[in-house]
Amino acid sequence: MATVFLSIPLRRYTNGESSAEVPGATLRALVRNLNERYPGIAESLVNPEDADRLMPGLAAIVDGEPTNMGLLTPLDEDSEVHFIPAISGGAAVSNSEPGGGEGCA
Amino acid sequence: MTTTDDRPAQEFKVVGSRPIRHDGVDKVLGRAQYGADLKLPGLIHGAVLRSPYAHAVVKKVDVSRAEAAPGVFAAITGDDMPVTAPKMVDMVEEVTNLKWSSQRVMAHGKAVYRGHPVAAVAAVDQNTALEALKLIEVEYEPLQAVISLEDAMKPDAVIIHDDLVGDHLGEKVSPTNVAEHTRTEFGDPEAAFAEAAHVLERTYTIARAHQGYIEPHSATAFWSPDDKLTVWTTTQAPFGVRSNVATVLKLPLSDVRVVPMEIGGGFGGKIGLYMEPLAAMLSRKSGRPVKMTMDRKSVFDATGPGPGGQVTAKIGVDKDGKIVAATADIRYMAGAYPGSSISAATAGIFACYKVPNVRIDAYDVVINMSKTAAYRAPGTPQATFASESLISELCEMIGMDPMEFHLLNAAEEGTRRPDGPVFPRIGNVACMEAIRGSEHFKSDLGASSDGKLRGRGLATGYWNGGGNRSSVTISVNDDGVVSLVEGNPDIGGTRTTIAMQAAEVFGLPAHDVHPTVVDTDSVGYNDLTAGSRTTYASGQAAIEAAKQVVEEIKKRMAMIWETEPENVEFEDSVFQNKVAPDQRLTFKEAAGKLGQTGGPVSKTGTVNVRGSGGGSFAAHLVDVEVDQETGKVQILRYTAAQDAGKAVHPSYVEGQFQGGAAQGIGWALNEEYYTSPDGVMQNSSFLDYRMPTALDLPMIDAIVVEVPNTNHPFGVRGIGETSIVPPAPAVGNAIADAIGTRLYQTPMNPSRIMEALANKRNGQNGH
Repeated sequence: MATVFLSIPLRRYTNGESSAEVPGATLRALVRNLNERYPGIAESLVNPEDADRLMPGLAAIVDGEPTNMGLLTPLDEDSEVHFIPAISGGAAVSNSEPGGGEGCA
Repeated sequence: MTTTDDRPAQEFKVVGSRPIRHDGVDKVLGRAQYGADLKLPGLIHGAVLRSPYAHAVVKKVDVSRAEAAPGVFAAITGDDMPVTAPKMVDMVEEVTNLKWSSQRVMAHGKAVYRGHPVAAVAAVDQNTALEALKLIEVEYEPLQAVISLEDAMKPDAVIIHDDLVGDHLGEKVSPTNVAEHTRTEFGDPEAAFAEAAHVLERTYTIARAHQGYIEPHSATAFWSPDDKLTVWTTTQAPFGVRSNVATVLKLPLSDVRVVPMEIGGGFGGKIGLYMEPLAAMLSRKSGRPVKMTMDRKSVFDATGPGPGGQVTAKIGVDKDGKIVAATADIRYMAGAYPGSSISAATAGIFACYKVPNVRIDAYDVVINMSKTAAYRAPGTPQATFASESLISELCEMIGMDPMEFHLLNAAEEGTRRPDGPVFPRIGNVACMEAIRGSEHFKSDLGASSDGKLRGRGLATGYWNGGGNRSSVTISVNDDGVVSLVEGNPDIGGTRTTIAMQAAEVFGLPAHDVHPTVVDTDSVGYNDLTAGSRTTYASGQAAIEAAKQVVEEIKKRMAMIWETEPENVEFEDSVFQNKVAPDQRLTFKEAAGKLGQTGGPVSKTGTVNVRGSGGGSFAAHLVDVEVDQETGKVQILRYTAAQDAGKAVHPSYVEGQFQGGAAQGIGWALNEEYYTSPDGVMQNSSFLDYRMPTALDLPMIDAIVVEVPNTNHPFGVRGIGETSIVPPAPAVGNAIADAIGTRLYQTPMNPSRIMEALANKRNGQNGH
């Protein structure tokens, strides 16, 4: 099973747990399984407009390198996954209409 | 995870050589076309009216008199710009919200930085446009400007954006000027500090600094009657400009064509939108192509420098000097809109070391100054000024040689980076060893004969860089010369380094591959020229395209030799029939036979490269001399060692090391936005914004370290950015070594040096 490292904002879903062993052949499957264990966590990870993409402004690091296929990224049995902010900051604005995601719009 | 490179050592014929650059003649003779050089039939000229206030309600903008003036074709205000919905886009070195981008290019009811555009006109010539600006009537209601971290973060702070919703460790917070607060934590740093033999904590302040590119921004747009838009612009990101202009102006993506012009320097500062949407709207109104070019003052006032801020760092070590814990509190001033590379700062601040217990808090704070942008290793030089200065002082405190400290604690393959990921094969230790083996390191500092003080400083640095998407198309001409079409503007010699990688596959001299940078309709998608990715990632697209060409020509040769394609081999630029070895043709000879064997051969390589393969590390060593009478710091000697994986064109690599070091020295010693309390920059010219020139610096010795990158077929690493990371702490450490007291703030200019010397005489230290 892949090891997921959970950032501070995600730990509110995990009772403070900082990592979890989660099955999944792809990042999307892993997030689905993670959400079954910690309901609601997917809302912080998945683009609500496009279920194949990460939340805008979020990067996933798999086995030391950022993904380039979003949630479709394949995982190995012993993969290590980190969800971290993308390289630059940036905040939401109210009445936000989420969109974009990895790569340019 | 280990990534040891099991590949046999490669021998190269083209990669590693130093051919004359393909664009050299055009640039030397002044024929290269930069943004401002563009001439088009019917071209008119735009100018921008900018807010004199850093923070003000724009109550009314009346352009009617300007519009009616002789020679004026069109005028626009914020009301003419489409309202852009919030949408986050990731452009490798910048994540931005397009609503902010839209508001930044033209004020919508409120000006939030000095220089914020409030109106624009287009006229028959530049002078007429500038005169017309004087006819525009604007009614402002000035507001209190927020230009410091302290003012922006205090509980009763003036709020810059009522609609900003901050993300503070996952909690949504509004109203606030703190767009983001992130935290990375591994282990238990507090417990480790409690057990540590030595702990040191210091706070550092870093000034915001501009990339200082020589060429100002320039954009030309033509909105044709069939609603197709063409934009000629000086940009690092033609495809990003295409998508963002399309979104901001609500046009279909494919109706926008972006033509990248030559760039006179970018360094990350030419990624975002500035005048492109304004020129487009003026063109739409006037029916003419409209060119807009900034003056230097506008570049300083209204484009994005690297952020300034404050960093508090703390490190604990055991009795042997081994790091047991580190923490940092990073606060960057993003400018008028969110986004100041705090995540890169988090990744970089302790990346050169093994840190078993770590916590890093980072804050992205908006203030009333122009929105900051990427600047060469964005966010990382500032944070590294703190960590490397602290380590130098810690070494002094515990009596340990800095080189030994670095080597004892150096991150290596398998080390977990402080923000989580594990390093693959990297060149961190190799860079330190290169410095230790250098003649500079072994030399005596020597004593000044006129009473000046000399010191030596050492610092390391890291930048990860990226991979991402690239497309390159290669076509074979009848004479065996190859044309190569790519979509990355050339900001550092990448035409040649991409061409050289294709030439290596073909076994051709570099000058037999002709590279051209083309517009967004003429090549497949390319991510931007940034993130140290272009030679690394677009080079892989070129290799892929070249391999496809070779495979196709093998089929053609098989046809001629009446054999199977698998019997044709290609080596040293020669195709040969393995079954009948006397059947052989050189690449150039084979190229002449393509027409009769199926027609032209043209292939496109596309890649989506994951990550950088561990990034590039650097170690810098500097000797300085400080004049006690004036506070002037002279750089006596400077050596920069950095891991290039495999240097494609060593002269370019050395140039990148030298250029980054020069920029970092400027940031260390002189560069800052000198700003009045109401947010007005006071030194917005190259006369007053003091960048180092060739007269200020010695030749910088460059040592190219090569620890092959397992993510690239030739072992190449992206190297464009790391070189700006170590200079500020290296220079600061050298100054401390010279004068016996430390400075905790950039720039370490003469007045601050004199103040530090006075404080030392009075028995005070600077922290």
